[in-house]
Amino acid sequence: MKVTFPHMGHMYICLKAMLRYLDIDIVVPPKSSKRTLTIGTQHSPEFACLPLKLNLGNFIEAHEKGADTILMAGGVGPCRFGYYAQIQREILKDLGYEMNMVVLEPPERHISELLVRIKKVTGNKPWTDVVKAIRFAWYKARAVDELEQRAHKLRPREKEPGRVDELFKQALEWIDEAEDREQLNENLKRMRREFARIPADYTRKPVRIGLVGEIYVMLEPFANLEIERHLGRMGVEVERSIYLSEWINDHLFMGLLKVKGSKEARNSAPPYINHFVGGHGQETIGSTVRFAREKYDGVIQVQPFTCMPEIVAESILPTVSRDFGIPTFCLIVDEHSGDAGVLTRLEAFVDLLARKKDKTGEVKGEVECVDI
Amino acid sequence: MPVKIGIPRALLYYNYFPLWNGFFKALGIEVKVSSRTTKAVLDKGVKQAVDDACLPVKLFFGHVIDLRDSGVDFLFIPRMVSVERKAYICPKFLGLPDMVRHNIPDLPQIIDVTVNMSRNEKNLFKALAGAGKQLGKSGFAIRKAFKRGIEEQERFHRLNRLGFLPHESIEQMENGLLDQNFPPNLSREMTIALVGHGYNIYDQYISMNLIEKLRQMGVNVVTPDNLVDDLIEERSGELPKRMFWTLGKRMIGSAFHFMRSDHIDGIIHVASFGCGPDSFTGEIIERHLRRKRRVPLLNLTIDEHTGEAGVITRLEAFVDMIQWRRAAQ
Ligand code: SF4
Ligand code: SF4
Repeated sequence: MKVTFPHMGHMYICLKAMLRYLDIDIVVPPKSSKRTLTIGTQHSPEFACLPLKLNLGNFIEAHEKGADTILMAGGVGPCRFGYYAQIQREILKDLGYEMNMVVLEPPERHISELLVRIKKVTGNKPWTDVVKAIRFAWYKARAVDELEQRAHKLRPREKEPGRVDELFKQALEWIDEAEDREQLNENLKRMRREFARIPADYTRKPVRIGLVGEIYVMLEPFANLEIERHLGRMGVEVERSIYLSEWINDHLFMGLLKVKGSKEARNSAPPYINHFVGGHGQETIGSTVRFAREKYDGVIQVQPFTCMPEIVAESILPTVSRDFGIPTFCLIVDEHSGDAGVLTRLEAFVDLLARKKDKTGEVKGEVECVDI
Repeated sequence: MPVKIGIPRALLYYNYFPLWNGFFKALGIEVKVSSRTTKAVLDKGVKQAVDDACLPVKLFFGHVIDLRDSGVDFLFIPRMVSVERKAYICPKFLGLPDMVRHNIPDLPQIIDVTVNMSRNEKNLFKALAGAGKQLGKSGFAIRKAFKRGIEEQERFHRLNRLGFLPHESIEQMENGLLDQNFPPNLSREMTIALVGHGYNIYDQYISMNLIEKLRQMGVNVVTPDNLVDDLIEERSGELPKRMFWTLGKRMIGSAFHFMRSDHIDGIIHVASFGCGPDSFTGEIIERHLRRKRRVPLLNLTIDEHTGEAGVITRLEAFVDMIQWRRAAQ
């Protein structure tokens, strides 16, 4: 049995750690690329959301490398994510790929149902090992979070553009390579030391932008056209509404770990969205409110084309923008998205924020929606 | 003058109007339904909605504006989260009252009670009772009105099962039909199942009069609404995982039934451009039908730019194809 899983940004680092810890043979799919997208799009329904297409591409590319079992998360609606595995199974079946799917469905009644499913993958490993593996994956997720946050802070302040990106790549490998908790801590220390070495202007007060939207495109640089890196290079400090560890806890560990989740963001959504709308629609609005209160200069919403919860959020974003005087920009991505146009528009948006920042006192929301 | 409440002739109107209508009428409230869809109604909605919203949501906006301009005292826009255990409607229904409120100015008071039967089916009463209270009605009157609404809804279902399509059943009920025990005219030589969201297939403007066009070509039209729930539940149960969208489940369950039925000559799946759930349910239906190779399938996607001529051509070709198939057998 060779297990694979869908990509979502740097999540592979955590899954790899967890599965390796349990001595499970794995195939990490090649990083999501143009090829992945082309293959995925070719076999997916036209109006399926982008993550489904990319993940299907991941599975096919992993199959080419010998994977025969897919491990992924499920769900019970109302959003499409909970039915991804079903659609992908149908497609793979018609393509003639024999792949076994193990879907981690949120326990209907009791957590034990999830454990039984995990056992299916772990074979005869004792339960204590499973817990340890989960915990190790969790530490790696937290490490990735820290790395990203440091990069967000430093990119707009670095004196030699490109240094942060370089270190970022390097540090991801350090996190990935760590074989146990101790090594991970060592590598984290090293990462912090290296960050401290990058010459930077800490007095600079950059434009600050909050990133909100659909979780997958937020976490997957290939899908969001590396928006964080680009913004950072434009001198913008980026903060994201949700990080990898929160998603992992919500969807893979089913809230097993008691950490601050997305609840806070949801609580800030009323009176704009008064009800859960699936996906992260409510969090998008709630986080926008939070960013506005924390005096960010602007908010960018990223969403895949046809994403239902984000369309609800997008419909309501203009009101939030007006009420708080915070400009918002919405970036819609699909298989036709290309960088050039996006970059120009992003630059224009950043310019607008920079001008606004100079002239204090002007409070007016601006909304721009870019369909790419 | 009685208080006037507006119900948009869009989205779940085609599924629940008799219930709502019966309930409010029994409370002594005047029910005003928005006009039939026209280009003007749709255009108004399109103008107020974000580009990425699907056509049915844009159209709903148009009907809300129509009601606003006709001067109703209240608008009934329930938040339809779930209408059965452990299943939902589309996420957009969950945010519908919010989307309306933040995109259409100068609205009358919106009654946006939440209907969420995913955990408890009694929640329907609770929701309507909430609506009744907002309209200042007593608990006693509300209970009586609820019973009335349920009766109307059951009558509606009976007529649908008989072979009327929901928009026809509603019309028949408005004309005073209480019940009958014989089906409407279904004597044409061919029968095609129309599978899609009610708000797409029964709205004459949006569907480009699909149903009448088929009938004129000598085709009986049946839809998921003509089937009993148990059958749909059973057939959709063939999926390895239960589908958590009520409307999608109905489409899949009925398509699975129709594809094996000797009385069905073809299936037309109607989807909205960019509709999230349709992209999945359509995919499942198409793949299963293709594997069976028994009943021909036509996929129609509609949006505000779909041309009527193109649709007619495709319908005619589809019906012709079925005739050839039959002749060849
Ligand atoms: S949140 Fe959006 S992108 Fe994600 S599964 Fe749901 S509809 Fe698709
Ligand atoms: S089910 Fe499809 S058509 Fe209906 S509201 Fe949702 S996205 Fe729109």
